[in-house]
Amino acid sequence: MAADLAESIIERDEFIVTKGKNKKQLKCDADSSAGCVSQRACVYCGARVVLNPITDAIHLVHGPIGCATYTWDIRGSLSSGAELYRNSFSTDLKEQDIIFGGAKKLAAAIDGLVEKYQAKLVFVYSTCIVGVIGDDLEAICSAASRRHNIEVIPVESSGFIGNKSAGYRAAGDALLRLIKPFESTVVEKNNSINYLGDFNLAGEAWIIQNYLRQMGVELNVTFTGDSHYTALKSAPNARLNIIQCAGSMIYLAGKMEELYQIPYIQISFLGIEDTAASLRNIAAALGEESMIVKAEELIAKETARVENIIKGYRAKLEGKKAAIFVGGGFKAISLIKQFREIGIDVVMIGTQTGRKEEYEIMNELVDDGTVILDDANPAELEKFMMEKGANLLVGGVKERPLAYKLGIAFIDHNHDRKHPLSGFEGAVNFAEEVYSTVCSPVWKSLTSLGMGSGVENHG
Amino acid sequence: MAEKNKENVYFRNVNENPCNMCMPMGGILALKGIEQSMVIVHGSQGCSTYMRRHIAEHFNEPVDVGSSSLNEKGTIYGGEKNLRQALDNIRKVYHPNLIGIVTTCLAETIGEDIERITGQYLIDKEMEEFPIVTASTPGYGGSHFEGYFFTLKRILMQLTEAAEKNNKINIIIPNISPADIREIKRMLALMQIEYVLYPDFSDTLDRPFAKPYTKMSNGGTKITEIRSMGGAVATIQMGITIEDGISPGKYLEEQFGIPLYNIAIPMGVESTDAFINTLVEITGKKVPESMKQERGRLLDGMIDSHKYNFQGRSVIFGEPEMAYAVTKICVENGVFPAVVATGSQIGKFNQLVTAAVADCPEQSKILIETDFSHILAASKEGKVNIGIGPSDGRYLTEKGGIPLVRLGFPIHDRVGGQRLLSVGYTGTMMLLDRITNTLLESKYKSYRSSMYEKFYQQG
Repeated sequence: MAADLAESIIERDEFIVTKGKNKKQLKCDADSSAGCVSQRACVYCGARVVLNPITDAIHLVHGPIGCATYTWDIRGSLSSGAELYRNSFSTDLKEQDIIFGGAKKLAAAIDGLVEKYQAKLVFVYSTCIVGVIGDDLEAICSAASRRHNIEVIPVESSGFIGNKSAGYRAAGDALLRLIKPFESTVVEKNNSINYLGDFNLAGEAWIIQNYLRQMGVELNVTFTGDSHYTALKSAPNARLNIIQCAGSMIYLAGKMEELYQIPYIQISFLGIEDTAASLRNIAAALGEESMIVKAEELIAKETARVENIIKGYRAKLEGKKAAIFVGGGFKAISLIKQFREIGIDVVMIGTQTGRKEEYEIMNELVDDGTVILDDANPAELEKFMMEKGANLLVGGVKERPLAYKLGIAFIDHNHDRKHPLSGFEGAVNFAEEVYSTVCSPVWKSLTSLGMGSGVENHG
Repeated sequence: MAEKNKENVYFRNVNENPCNMCMPMGGILALKGIEQSMVIVHGSQGCSTYMRRHIAEHFNEPVDVGSSSLNEKGTIYGGEKNLRQALDNIRKVYHPNLIGIVTTCLAETIGEDIERITGQYLIDKEMEEFPIVTASTPGYGGSHFEGYFFTLKRILMQLTEAAEKNNKINIIIPNISPADIREIKRMLALMQIEYVLYPDFSDTLDRPFAKPYTKMSNGGTKITEIRSMGGAVATIQMGITIEDGISPGKYLEEQFGIPLYNIAIPMGVESTDAFINTLVEITGKKVPESMKQERGRLLDGMIDSHKYNFQGRSVIFGEPEMAYAVTKICVENGVFPAVVATGSQIGKFNQLVTAAVADCPEQSKILIETDFSHILAASKEGKVNIGIGPSDGRYLTEKGGIPLVRLGFPIHDRVGGQRLLSVGYTGTMMLLDRITNTLLESKYKSYRSSMYEKFYQQG
């Protein structure tokens, strides 16, 4: 286990367990330790990830330029309509603004943008600096809101107030303000459902929407992939919320249950097993016989279509070992099952912001000896991947070069992916991607040049 | 939205799609070129993670950067505890020979005195000899361009002594590609010049695949070399656009009386000649025959392509130093620089570019401290048909149909940014070919249909 690591950082011990060896509870949902080279971003990042897919909103960052630069159009969320969300607007605070305050600049920025783009919705993201210089975001936004008769919603996302999860919560609060019915509106319940925690990366929300349509389930609005102002406003009318990315959405779902009496169920469309189970659960939750029948038809048809393809990949991948380090717990859990579908065991698993309940499920699902870790850093990822003999890593942009430098295959499971990994469609893509990287011929070339005698294999 | 205050300078309330990054980003890049060094970003966790992601995606290298992970408590009561913990942990895991600390908006606004904190840390740990270098780089204080040179200057201020005279030339390297740095080293070797190249991230950010993996990569300017820069015969600084206040070369001149030759990046015939002639002037060495041949080949290629290039109307954007160097290449080859733009606020830029384009048949538009929405508008107005700059310029392709020659930092949507060779006679030829071929590609794509539409009449 981690404690015998010569270079281990003591504060990190509680965040790492090996299944079967430790009885201790894994620590999670805590601030990152200084100097640990955490892979996490900040509160602002969490909030921006969740809200950015809202296509017809102005996303205005109140702060110095960097926060807007590093988040400009870096996500693969697709839109069927507006493209406004693909811009990164910033008040570009400078030294004099820090001294004299940025309130006037912000008000003028909102005025200018609303006039130019005619948007009905503006999100104003707070950054570290705003939290310190004390610009009254609430007052500025509500004044602008009255001036233009549109929604101008402040997002309390100062980077230092917590970790990425705090950003999910800030986004949840912003969404709750957005969907709050006008006083004159009576919430009329209909038969539709809301889909929470799909950001329509590479059209994933569209794939799921098609499934639901085939089952006769009406989708009200997706939070927040390919969503827009008017659709989001109707959210309280739905009769059920289904949640995919629980890390970012469980808070919002809880609040919607409390405020609008919308119950929620957790689902996952990653992998055949979870996709089929989720479709069944949705039909069961809605309780209509025709949906249950249609769900079974859909599952049977789609499973038949993809089963053999996946089996083909499984034959080539059987026995390989995977390491997982992703953002949220829901994704990690699904990945364990999805890897099993293609014959791969998980030997290391961790997340940036997984919750206690999610880690408990991971612990149940993995084999003895698997390392489970929260908020890992490159040194730990390297150590455990090498120790456990992982053949591939699933992660994001920052983890990719590390895997490649170690000579290990890699799966991009991040927000800028260009191909869908959801549903039956996505299960095939996933298997194909795993095959394309694990079985690539490049690994055969990783030999070293010997002294005169040709090559010596290092792999 | 933009109020034209002075000629070419825009003071505005909102930045629409940034054309620059923030100051600490430049600090990280500079420090990555120092041998066995680690960087700590003093601020909230997100700053370090965002910048790591941005750098890693360009170079396709693991980029480990520490953070003091400032939280709410640290923001209110000061971040000393966090910074000390970060120093402890970084030393424990990475065993660096030098630690650089760059600050952020947050650290500067709450008034962190990092020199005092690190001074006290070294005393407490009884390691006063250990080099910790600090640079105050608030995100609102300037762009990554200023952050880069300012950090280089700060390192010299803290490490360089009045050394014994030596025969070396200090070569101060701007933010060019690792391939460019290697090319400059090759040219210096050809000329048999003794030198200290500062900084040198040609290996640290573009390392060969090798087993076993080490957390710290080889290469970089040695600390002993940096200390000895005070005894050099001269400094050649490829930083003609930088202001004296942040100029490492100027510092060496004022502090140690080392003659400074401030030149443009050796791109294009004139600027590369200036580099070679400066070397000859300082050392009295002869230009080797092979170098003359390289130059001759470049001239030959320029003649071969001149008519194609004449059809180019370019928008050049990015860091001031790179944008200036590219402007020179365009002018030399008859590609009209219709728009020359930088997101940085550099006073000398306007004057230098104005002089460079003085002989062009039309007036160029020069934009300073600008954003991509202004660059796009100016490009449309200037009937631009080719863009040259970092990959954020894909916005110009998408919105304005302008084909893009990717150059500089960052390049995120194509591989190989670290391998792009554009300096020296040979590198210039390679860049020029990329420019010419992009123009040719547009030509071949459209000439049949455009001629048909223009001239064909049914008889």
